[in-house]
Amino acid sequence: VADFPSPVTHQYHDAEQRQQSNLLGMWTFLATEVLFFGGLFAVYMVYRTIYPEGFAEASRHLDVLLGTINTVILLTSSLTVALAIHAAQTDRRTALVGFLIATIVLALIFLGLKAYEYYHEYEVGLIPGLNFTYTGPLAREVQLFFTIYFVMTGLHAIHMILGVGVIAVIAVRAWRRHFSPENYDAVEMTGLYWHFVDIVWVFLFPLLYLIERV
Amino acid sequence: MPHHIISRTTYLIIYVILLVLMVLTVATAYMELGAWHLIVAMLIAVVKAVLILLYFMHLRYSGRALILYAFLGFAFLMVLLVLTISDYLTRGWIGAF
Repeated sequence: VADFPSPVTHQYHDAEQRQQSNLLGMWTFLATEVLFFGGLFAVYMVYRTIYPEGFAEASRHLDVLLGTINTVILLTSSLTVALAIHAAQTDRRTALVGFLIATIVLALIFLGLKAYEYYHEYEVGLIPGLNFTYTGPLAREVQLFFTIYFVMTGLHAIHMILGVGVIAVIAVRAWRRHFSPENYDAVEMTGLYWHFVDIVWVFLFPLLYLIERV
Repeated sequence: MPHHIISRTTYLIIYVILLVLMVLTVATAYMELGAWHLIVAMLIAVVKAVLILLYFMHLRYSGRALILYAFLGFAFLMVLLVLTISDYLTRGWIGAF
């Protein structure tokens, strides 16, 4: 890879058309991601409809404070990605790399807190199949909720781990001057992916942590 | 390239609105809303998602074709969710077969 802004390769008329093609491809991928997570949201919807009391009870065992902190962290990481795009558009390389690194740091804090939550849930016996000791009239419904909780937050966490890897690669490329205001498509597409992961959490947070706290 | 560059001020305003909406969604969880919990929480989440889509993901300044394209994934998701829940909510309405 050359260390100058890549020229427009021959299959495109110009840089504008290249970016439009990339955007269309990226949104196609995001549509498949919406449906990938959508199947799980459908599962959640059906079982919450059938077992509303069990889901409300199980939800109260999640830590609202940690969930709220993680929501703030993820929203902030979306802001740093947006500011990274702005830095790429205005040709400020140091700011671009800085915002990408800030995003990675925020993502790692999120994952660390999530890991702590998982560990706590293991200790108190709320992980179905591994250590589930919750008893009571709603035990089976609570177990179902936690199965869905771990699959959905786990899949979300995997997306974040992959995102951290991609952003790290983009940060290195940015440092090596691979991007310019004429060509920052890779930064833009990575940003779209990251915001998508953020949107998934925007729905996961109230659905899992905040069913009913009164 | 003739890209619309969204200003940093706009990004910060959207960020603050997102945080306010987040506080709102946490607060409503502790209110006596009964069946409205889910509706209120989802309304707030949809507003947050739309703000992220329009500004952070730049859809507001994208071409109409791309906006339609971006909307397609959500349209198919609604087909999945609405048809599925229609089944579960209407079971038993016309007696057992």
